[in-house]
Amino acid sequence: MSNTTYRVLIGKPGLDGHDRGAKFIARALRDNGFEVIYTGIRRSPEEIAAAAVQEDVAAVGLSSLSGAHIRLFPAVVECLRKAGAGDIPVIGGGVIPDEDITLLKEKGVEAIFTPGTPVDQIIAAFTAACSKHHETRNA
Amino acid sequence: MAHTSLTSLLDGLAKQDPRAIGRAISIVEDNGPEADAILLSLDRDLVKNTTVLGITGPPGAGKSTLTSQIISTCRSRGERVGIIAIDPTSPLSGGAILGDRIRMMRHSLDRDVIVRSMATRGRLGGLCGAAGAAVRIMAGAGCQRIIIETVGVGQSEMDIIRLADITALVMAPGLGDDIQAMKAGLLEVADLLVINKADMAGAETLFMDMEAVAHERADKSNRPIAVCRTVASEGKGVEELLAEIAALENQHRASGEHDRRRSRSYDLEVLDWAMEMMRPHILQKIQKDSGERWGDPKLQAANILKQMKVDHDKIS
Ligand SMILES: Nc1nc2c(ncn2[C@@H]2O[C@H](COP(=O)(O)OP(=O)(O)O)[C@@H](O)[C@H]2O)c(=O)[nH]1
Ligand SMILES: [Mg+2]
Repeated sequence: MSNTTYRVLIGKPGLDGHDRGAKFIARALRDNGFEVIYTGIRRSPEEIAAAAVQEDVAAVGLSSLSGAHIRLFPAVVECLRKAGAGDIPVIGGGVIPDEDITLLKEKGVEAIFTPGTPVDQIIAAFTAACSKHHETRNA
Repeated sequence: MAHTSLTSLLDGLAKQDPRAIGRAISIVEDNGPEADAILLSLDRDLVKNTTVLGITGPPGAGKSTLTSQIISTCRSRGERVGIIAIDPTSPLSGGAILGDRIRMMRHSLDRDVIVRSMATRGRLGGLCGAAGAAVRIMAGAGCQRIIIETVGVGQSEMDIIRLADITALVMAPGLGDDIQAMKAGLLEVADLLVINKADMAGAETLFMDMEAVAHERADKSNRPIAVCRTVASEGKGVEELLAEIAALENQHRASGEHDRRRSRSYDLEVLDWAMEMMRPHILQKIQKDSGERWGDPKLQAANILKQMKVDHDKIS
């Protein structure tokens, strides 16, 4: 009788205050049956990681429009690791050039989405990441 | 989950490790096979001694903001605090956006503040069980005070609030007819009334309305229930509110009301689980019936229950 609702956290690290993208993804995930913990704008990587641990999410989604993604996304990955939650996948979104994408993936970011990506594709990535995470944690 | 990881989970719980606490709550919420072992491992005295405060009221009244202020005050007293913030699941998609945390982020790096968001998941049963278990896990992890925040609409939220030792109903001016609609039911369960956004126009009228209600709700010794005014966004009135809550708590512990409520809420959780466990069996029986969908549904239900009893007697 156990349940498999996916819980994810959507956060926006960094100083820019544009959360349209983050909110859009949060709503799309909700409409696809996810429970979305939304932490709002201007969060530090430490705050996002601590919340992800307390909420026991299966994935973390980050949005950044400021160009600070190159520092902030890997910082979240690192904070999760330090909190003993390195197994929680991090998915990023924003205006991110191709060369940064390669670099971010090398630093442990699971997937990156740029503007214009069909929302179904993003949902599919979250579904895959969550399903993989549930499998390994229940193994 | 393998045996070793259950052992290490219980170990982590005993050490109040945040990851273990988070995992444990998910396991009970998802009704995982390790749930019983987790709940049995908790320290009984810690669970008994914790105080559970329910905060309910219409969306936008300022519940999360007020909760964050209460956390600050509790922390300044050195208490470890747990928060269960419940929001409704979308009936269409089964998903939910849980945003109460936004107002509590200033505590997010405090290891002695555990915030857990929970969706109602549209279950008829199970929510009380899940939230009740989360309360116990947090208490077992050393939280001396636990706050349950829930939107005051619908029966399941009303049931949830019965898990609390003390319940505050938070209202605010300018929220329209919502308040009228939910007043009746909620006023019955509230132990005290909070008029938040006391800085806004209309707060005084609302306060006077609620004073009148509070007098109708006078307790046995003819004392009206308390009506507090707060400006949660500025932290005003929070100390006074907590003093009222503490007074009620002491009174309830002394009079035996506290224990009565705890056993009542325990019974409610048992009922909730029993319904949850029975539901799939009943549903299966209903769907298996090939007869015409006609006649008195209530009679049909009684027949199904009778049939289940016959089946049960046969196997036991
Ligand atoms: N003016 C005023 N605004 C407040 C007060 N308390 C909360 N708010 C605002 O009311 C809105 C809703 O608050 P929130 O805590 O999320 O309400 P909830 O839905 O009941 O949890 C937010 O924009 C708060 O900043 C208050 O005392 N005065
Ligand atoms: Mg809220």
